[in-house]
Amino acid sequence: MTHHMLVLAGGLSHERDVSLRSGRRVAEALRGVGLDVTVRDIDATFLGELANDRPSVVIPLLHGASGEDGAIRAVLDAMAVPYVGSDPDACRAAFDKPTAKARVAAAGLLTPRSVALPQTTFRELGAAPVMGALLDTLGLPLVVKPAQGGSSLGATAVREAADLPAAMVSCFSYADTALVEQLVSGIEIAVSVIETVEGPMSLPPVEIAPDGGFYDYAARYTAGATEFFVPARIDLETAAVCSKAALLAHSALGLRDLSRTDLIIDSSGQPYFLEVNVAPGMTETSLFPQAVTAAGLELGAIWRQLAERAGVR
Amino acid sequence: MVSSEMTDDGSGPVRSPGTGASGGMPHGTRLDPFLEAYAERARSMTSSEIRALFAVASRPEVVSLAGGMPFVSALPLDAVADTFRRLIAERGAQALQYGSGQGMEVLREQIVAALMPLVGVHAHPDDVVVTVGSQQGLDIVTRILCDPGDIIVAEAPSYVGALSVFAAYQAEVVHVPMDGDGLDPDALAETFRQLAAAGRRPKFLYTVPSFHNPAGVTQGPDRRRAVLDTCQAFGVPIVEDDPYGLLGFDGEVPRALRADDAESVLYLGSFSKTFSPGLRVGWVVAPHGVREKLVLATEASVLCPPQLSQLAVSAYLAEQPWWDQVKVFRELYRERRDALISAVQSHFPAETTWTTPSGGFYSWVTLPEGLDSSSMLPRAVTARVAYVPGSAFYAGNAKRLGKRSLRLSYCFPDPDRIREGVRRLAGVIESELELVHTFGSPVAHTDPALSARDNARIAGQSQAPGPATE
Repeated sequence: MTHHMLVLAGGLSHERDVSLRSGRRVAEALRGVGLDVTVRDIDATFLGELANDRPSVVIPLLHGASGEDGAIRAVLDAMAVPYVGSDPDACRAAFDKPTAKARVAAAGLLTPRSVALPQTTFRELGAAPVMGALLDTLGLPLVVKPAQGGSSLGATAVREAADLPAAMVSCFSYADTALVEQLVSGIEIAVSVIETVEGPMSLPPVEIAPDGGFYDYAARYTAGATEFFVPARIDLETAAVCSKAALLAHSALGLRDLSRTDLIIDSSGQPYFLEVNVAPGMTETSLFPQAVTAAGLELGAIWRQLAERAGVR
Repeated sequence: MVSSEMTDDGSGPVRSPGTGASGGMPHGTRLDPFLEAYAERARSMTSSEIRALFAVASRPEVVSLAGGMPFVSALPLDAVADTFRRLIAERGAQALQYGSGQGMEVLREQIVAALMPLVGVHAHPDDVVVTVGSQQGLDIVTRILCDPGDIIVAEAPSYVGALSVFAAYQAEVVHVPMDGDGLDPDALAETFRQLAAAGRRPKFLYTVPSFHNPAGVTQGPDRRRAVLDTCQAFGVPIVEDDPYGLLGFDGEVPRALRADDAESVLYLGSFSKTFSPGLRVGWVVAPHGVREKLVLATEASVLCPPQLSQLAVSAYLAEQPWWDQVKVFRELYRERRDALISAVQSHFPAETTWTTPSGGFYSWVTLPEGLDSSSMLPRAVTARVAYVPGSAFYAGNAKRLGKRSLRLSYCFPDPDRIREGVRRLAGVIESELELVHTFGSPVAHTDPALSARDNARIAGQSQAPGPATE
C-alpha cells in the first residue's frame, strides 16, 4: 500500500461542478500540510486503477447521487479500501431527506412539517386535488425540494398557491420524489460536526443571510451573493441548542467522521432540522470550511486528522 | 404550526449581536474581498444552475448537443504539426515575438485575396484588422461604438457570445423576430420606427445572415437586400457576423451584406470553423475610420493578435489544400445535420418544430406548448444528453421568449452519437410533457412585439426541404 490519499471529485451528478471545486480545495489543503494527494474523477477506469494502485485512504467529495447516497462507499467497502466519512447505510438515510427527517424527529429534534410524494402520486390522483391537500395540510409558505440531492438544485420557495405547480415541475426535473415542506422563516444556521479521538464535536454555527432571502444555487456559489456570520448572531444558549441538535442528528443517523446539519431557528429560538450532509461542500463559499476557520482550526489539519483516523479503521 | 415570520430587519428574540456563540463580536463576511470593487457591469455575472449542469456535459458519457465545437479531428493534423515545427525552427524569432496591432500584413493580404472574394467582398488589406477570434472582433467593435445604455438591435434569438459582449458594455439589446429566411425586414423597420418615436437610435444592427447561430436559418438574396435597404433608410450601421458562411451544404457561399455596402457594414470573419478555433484568429473588415479605432482598441486589450497563430493560418492557407478541407467539413456537417434532423423527425413529439439548416452547426427546436427547456435540462443531464436552453439566446427580459426553445448542435458528435442523443432527448421530452400534463401548463407569456409564435415562424418556413425520414 502506498501512502498517498485519493480525493474523489466530479462524478455525473448535477453537483459535479461543486464537487470538482470541493475536491481541489481539500487537495490543496492536504498538500499544504505536506501530504501526497491525487484528485480523481470516477469513471469506468476507476476501479481498475484502484486495485492496481491502492491509496492509503480515499476522500469521497462526490456530491449528489452516488457520492452521497452511499453507492461509491459500498464499492470501496467491498474492495476494503478505507475512506473518510459515513458508511453506506448511514449515507443512504441521510441523503434521503424524508428518511433523515423521520430519524432525527424520532430522536427528538424538531423538523418542519412536510409531505414527501413521488411524481406518480400526482399523476394517479390528479395534481390539483393532491396539491390542494398539501396546501390544506401544510399551508403557505412552502419549500418544494427534491427528496434527494443538494446545493438547493430544484428547490423553490412557494409563497402563493399559484406558484406551486411550477415549483413541483422544477423539482421533478431533478428527482422522482418531492419533499414539500413548511417554510420556516428565521435564521438559517449550518452546524458542522467533526469526530476526534474524544468523539464528535460541533464547530461554531455559521449563519447564512442570502441577499435574495432564499439560499438557492446562485446565492450559494456566487461569491458575494450571501452574507455569512461566523459565529452566528445568536445568543449562547441558542448556539448551544443548535450544536446539540447537530450532534444529535449526527448520532441519530449513525454518521461518521464529519457532517453538516442545516437548521433554521424560528422567532421563538427553536431550531428546526432541515437536512444533513455527509459530503458537505468544501468550496470557497461553502459553510464547513468557514466553521473550521471560526473554530481556530486549519482545513488541512482537520482533513489530515480525519484521513489518518480513517486509514487505520 | 411551525411557520412564524421574523421581523423585517431580521431581528428576533434570539438575535443578540455582540454575544455570538464564542463570545466575540460577530462579523459578517461575503467571502469576496473584491465585492466593493466590482464594476456595475460585473453584477450580472453570477453562478447559475444551468452553468453547473454544463459541467456534467463535458463527461464522455453525455452526448453533448450543446456546444458548437468544430470537428477539428478531421483536419490534416500531421501537416499542421509539420507547419508548426517549421514555423518555430525557421521563423521562431518572428513567431514568438510581439507583432502589429492590426495583424500581419501577409495574412491580411491572404484574407482579402482568398477569403473575402468568396463572399463577394473586394477589400484592401488595410481595411482588415486581425482579431483574437471574431469574438474579440465583436468585443472591440462594441467597445468603440457603444456607451452604457445604448441600443443594439439583434435577431430573436441571437448568438449568446454576442449578447455577453453587449451586456459587458451595458448596451441594451432589442430583439427583432425572424422567419424561415432570417431577420424579418418589416419587423426590423417597425422596430426602428418605434425606437425613433421614443427618441432612441440604435448604434447598430447585429446580424448573422448565413447559417444563423442559434436559429439555423439563412437570409436569401432578396432578404439581404431588404435588410440593407431598411438599415440604410434608418441610418443604422450593420455588424455582420459571418463565421459559417463557407459551410453551406449545397456548396453555395451566400453573398455578404458587406459586398453591397462597404460604407456602413462591418464584417466579422473567422478561421475558427473553417480551420481551428484553438488558434483564435478572426478578422474585421471595416472602413478606415473604424479600422483605426479598432487597431487602437486591440492594442489596449491584447496588444496584438498572436503571431504564431497568424503565421500558422497564413502557412495553412498558402501550403495546404484548405478549400478542399472546407469541402470535407461541409460534407461531414451535412451528414451530421441529416442524422440530427431525421432522428428529430422520427423521435420528437408531433407538436415539436425545428429548423433544417442548409449550412453551419445548429438547429433551433421549439418544444410543445407548456414545456420549459431550462427546467427540463436537469432531466436531460440525468439522461446523459445536453443542449442549450433557448433563453440563453435572448437578452434581459426577453429571455422568457426562449422558454420553449432549445439549440441542438450537430457539429461535434458523430452521426451514431447524434441519433443516440436525440433518442435520449426524446425520452426526456416525453417525461417532461407527462409532468406538464400532470401539473398543467404554467401561465402563458405574451408580448405584443415578439412572441413564442415567432419561433414557430422560424421553423415553419425552413422545415420544408428537410431530408427524408429514416
